[in-house]
Amino acid sequence: MQAANANTSGATTNGVETGATDDFVTVYVGETLFGLAIERVHDVFVPSGVTPVPLAPAEIVGLLNLRGRVVTAMSLRRRLGLPDAEAQADGTKASPKMAIGLEQAGETFALVVDGVGEVLKLGADSREAVPINLDPRFRDLATCVHRLDGRLLVILDVDALLGFTPAGAKAA
Amino acid sequence: MDDLLREFLTESGEHLDTVDAELVRFEQDPNNETILRNIFRLVHTIKGTCGFLGLPRLEALAHAAETLMGRFRDGLPATSDSVTLILLTLDRLKAILADLEATGTEPSGSDDDLISALERMAEGAPEPQAVASPPPEPVLPDPVVRELKPGEVTLDELEAAFLSAPGPDESDFLPPPAPLAAAPAPTPAAPAASAPPKAETRVEPVEAEKPEPARAEKAEGAEGETTAAAKNQTIRVNVDTLEHLMTMVSELVLTRNQLLEIARRHEDSSYKVPLQRLSHVTAELQEGVMKTRMQPIGNAWQKLPRVVRDLSAELGKQIDLVMVGNETELDRQVLEVIKDPLTHMVRNSADHGLESTAERVAAGKPARGTIRLAAYHEGGTITIEIADDGKGLNLAAIRQKAVQRGLASQADVERMTDAQVAKFIFHAGFSTAAAVTSVSGRGVGMDVVKTNIETIGGLIDIATTAGRGTTFTIKIPLTLAIVAALIVRAGEHRFALPQVAVLELVRVDAGAQRVEHINGAPVLRLRERLLPIVSLTGLLGQSSPGGEAEQAGFVVVAQVGRERFGILVDEVFHTEEIVVKPMSVKLRHIPMFAGNTILGDGAVVLIVDPNGVARQVAQGVQGSGGHIDADADEAVEMADTKTTLLVFKGGQGSFKAVPLSLVTRLEEIECAKVEWLGGRALIQYRGRLMPLVPADAAITIKSEGTQALVVFSDGERAMGLVVDEIVDIVEERLDIEIAADRSDLIGSAVLRGRATDIINIAHFLPLAYDDWARGLKRPEQISTILLVDDSAFFRDMLSPVLKAAGYQVVTAASADAALAALQADPQIEVVVTDLEMPGRSGFDLVAAMRRAEPRLAGLPVIGLSGAIGADAVERARALAISDLVAKFDRSGLISALAEIGAATVSKAA
Repeated sequence: MQAANANTSGATTNGVETGATDDFVTVYVGETLFGLAIERVHDVFVPSGVTPVPLAPAEIVGLLNLRGRVVTAMSLRRRLGLPDAEAQADGTKASPKMAIGLEQAGETFALVVDGVGEVLKLGADSREAVPINLDPRFRDLATCVHRLDGRLLVILDVDALLGFTPAGAKAA
Repeated sequence: MDDLLREFLTESGEHLDTVDAELVRFEQDPNNETILRNIFRLVHTIKGTCGFLGLPRLEALAHAAETLMGRFRDGLPATSDSVTLILLTLDRLKAILADLEATGTEPSGSDDDLISALERMAEGAPEPQAVASPPPEPVLPDPVVRELKPGEVTLDELEAAFLSAPGPDESDFLPPPAPLAAAPAPTPAAPAASAPPKAETRVEPVEAEKPEPARAEKAEGAEGETTAAAKNQTIRVNVDTLEHLMTMVSELVLTRNQLLEIARRHEDSSYKVPLQRLSHVTAELQEGVMKTRMQPIGNAWQKLPRVVRDLSAELGKQIDLVMVGNETELDRQVLEVIKDPLTHMVRNSADHGLESTAERVAAGKPARGTIRLAAYHEGGTITIEIADDGKGLNLAAIRQKAVQRGLASQADVERMTDAQVAKFIFHAGFSTAAAVTSVSGRGVGMDVVKTNIETIGGLIDIATTAGRGTTFTIKIPLTLAIVAALIVRAGEHRFALPQVAVLELVRVDAGAQRVEHINGAPVLRLRERLLPIVSLTGLLGQSSPGGEAEQAGFVVVAQVGRERFGILVDEVFHTEEIVVKPMSVKLRHIPMFAGNTILGDGAVVLIVDPNGVARQVAQGVQGSGGHIDADADEAVEMADTKTTLLVFKGGQGSFKAVPLSLVTRLEEIECAKVEWLGGRALIQYRGRLMPLVPADAAITIKSEGTQALVVFSDGERAMGLVVDEIVDIVEERLDIEIAADRSDLIGSAVLRGRATDIINIAHFLPLAYDDWARGLKRPEQISTILLVDDSAFFRDMLSPVLKAAGYQVVTAASADAALAALQADPQIEVVVTDLEMPGRSGFDLVAAMRRAEPRLAGLPVIGLSGAIGADAVERARALAISDLVAKFDRSGLISALAEIGAATVSKAA
């Protein structure tokens, strides 16, 4: 929570803190590179033995055992409204490659992504506001965009990412 | 000082609760000196500590109450009025303490009203008033106040007061004639400062003067003694610490299970012995930690004597409350959950269960009614009984009401046993006509009680005898944390079924023991009786129903309440002690699961909630019953169901109604609390500002008295609809005539023989919040429409509109659910979908449909959107979406559906 606030305030006080840098863990989904504030990332691990939860919201891949804790695994692809990687790859059910352990309100979540990149230290100089023509789903989840060498890094708001409400309680 | 204050708050809170209960006892037994002494001591303790901590308001109040109690001790008869006054004072004390806890400082304000009333009451006493009363007042309180008030101002002086701890003591004891000063003074100051010396110095003088020592070792102080002894042997431990300990032990149990699992597979026995030892130690540790979480159920009951006393005064009934088994212990977590339901049920018994005194006498019963609470252990569960000796439930009225509300047919009701009939009172909104008016503001009924108890895996049962009374029996598990569960396989996955609900296992195959079907509903003959069966895979939407029933498998015979049913699974493994872990907040809405756990092999499995399954079984049964009924009278309305509506008066005495499913709460507010900001009425509601919107232009928000509100909420937002009066809750088949061009009404219908306007909540929401238009649902027109929207609120809102327009409506909460519904129901002819949904959007849904089999690919789709932009139009065209309609455009939706209907017909022709 605090980290997220710090992020937000960092984004708004753009020009002021020129020297300060933030660290981000980068992850891939398809071709897109996303960044997560490093303070929010508790773990990076290979998800295995995911137990699917029938009747659950689409974003939820299932539950998995992370060192004795039950963790809710969520697909970043589905959260962003992208099709599953498996579906594209011709029906072969590849298990998700990497997961990021995030915490919110005392609960641990695993964000399933296609791959994890390096940790980047980025300053305010490369930061840009979220372009307004982005898909609303991206716009809602992103706090800002960093211009990197040759590619762009979309910084995700972890709280917004985990902030979806279970779809219609009665519906199930 | 902070720690001191916190300690004081906890302690005073407990003391006040005890005093509450004790006072009620004292009122009934005014000659019991032990009780009085106990009360006196506790109040004095509070007073003394307040003085010490510099809390003048609390101190003055406690002092005044103490003075009055001093009169009791001197022989003033304890009247109901005086006890009420003291109870009021205690309430005030609690309120101040609550403020103190929240803000850290004593709230400002005056208690002169209570203090003067208490003083008047005390002075009303004949003889002691002149002699005893004046001396204690100047002598005792004054020194305390004077010495401590300065301490409040400068720390030095407070320090001095600490250091010279015996000083105040002596001054307290100097005036021996004052009975007040004698006993309790020691205890208050004791915990704060120099406890041991004080206690000692005190005991002597106290005993010398009066035989009512605070913590005397004398026989008389029997109660005091036990408390004192208990104090020495217990320490306060933060609940979080205990919870953490419990979590760690749970982890340990899991790890042990994993080790045992590994050991089972390896023959190497060198570590089997230490492992065995570890296993034992873990089990003992687990038991020990569980014990620390146990609390006597008396803690949950403590407030009940007061509740009953107040109720009996309010209702003019004489009520005895008998409590048996106070000391029965159960898990803290369980205790928290049942506290409120218990209070509610006792209130119910007093209010509805017991007759008035006159009726009782006329019926030849003792004038005083009795409510009996009993708790005892029984196997791994705790049984709590709430019994009254009142008139019993009016089963005839319940039968009638059940039929009226369409919960069962007349024939069903006739066949049901009394116990089954009594259970109807657990249905939401079920109340006999007389009680409907009291619906407002209460917000908790028997259905809530039942739900609460079921969430912790408990069961509730009713036994009632006309004229003899009603007994509710609640069975709850000792603890929620660790349960024995049966591990089963259904489809590809394993699930855990709590053992408590399991009666037996039956193997089924194509031979002798086979599953038979009645109109598609699977049943099993078990010892010459039919058992309804539900397949776990089918229940969880993992496979299409039908095929799996033929396979061999196991039926887990389960019982929830008095319902027996079988759960069909593919395989049964073994039983295991599992540590229940709560479901993630994101998944808690799924009724089928009670939690999850990690098995010995490290896999996560879901724990199936037998209550959730039971509800599904019952719904399936009801559904097919409704199908047959409707078939008989109206083929068109086959899948139509009745809607429960809240009827209220709104504007010029006209009747209006709104589907009850949309209503969050009914409230009565004090008009004085309404605030006006920029011409809009607002009220502070549960810590937020809630806009108030009149249900009709003719309604003005009253300026005094109370105002009835119907509260709607969606997510975090809430809106209060201002109505003149809440009238009734009715359940009828909605037959709406669409209203002429009034956006605030959906239309009108005849409810209970009265023309009633059905209001359109969609009209009011934007009045409260300009942007409250995001989630929307629409039903479709043709014959069967699939309505896809992620918000239950908008689904519920649009369904009646679509039904009113003549469509059958199937709803889905997400794109995935919609696809499943489309696969399952070939009758769906049109899809109306919200385009902006979390996860897979409406566009994704349509794209998936277009890629699917020809039947789905060709279905017409209407898109609902909050804002229709050029790019949305473009995407919609690419996906062959027939029409885009703005979310609140009811008539637009209806006409778009009509167009599709026309197009389909012409194509068919």
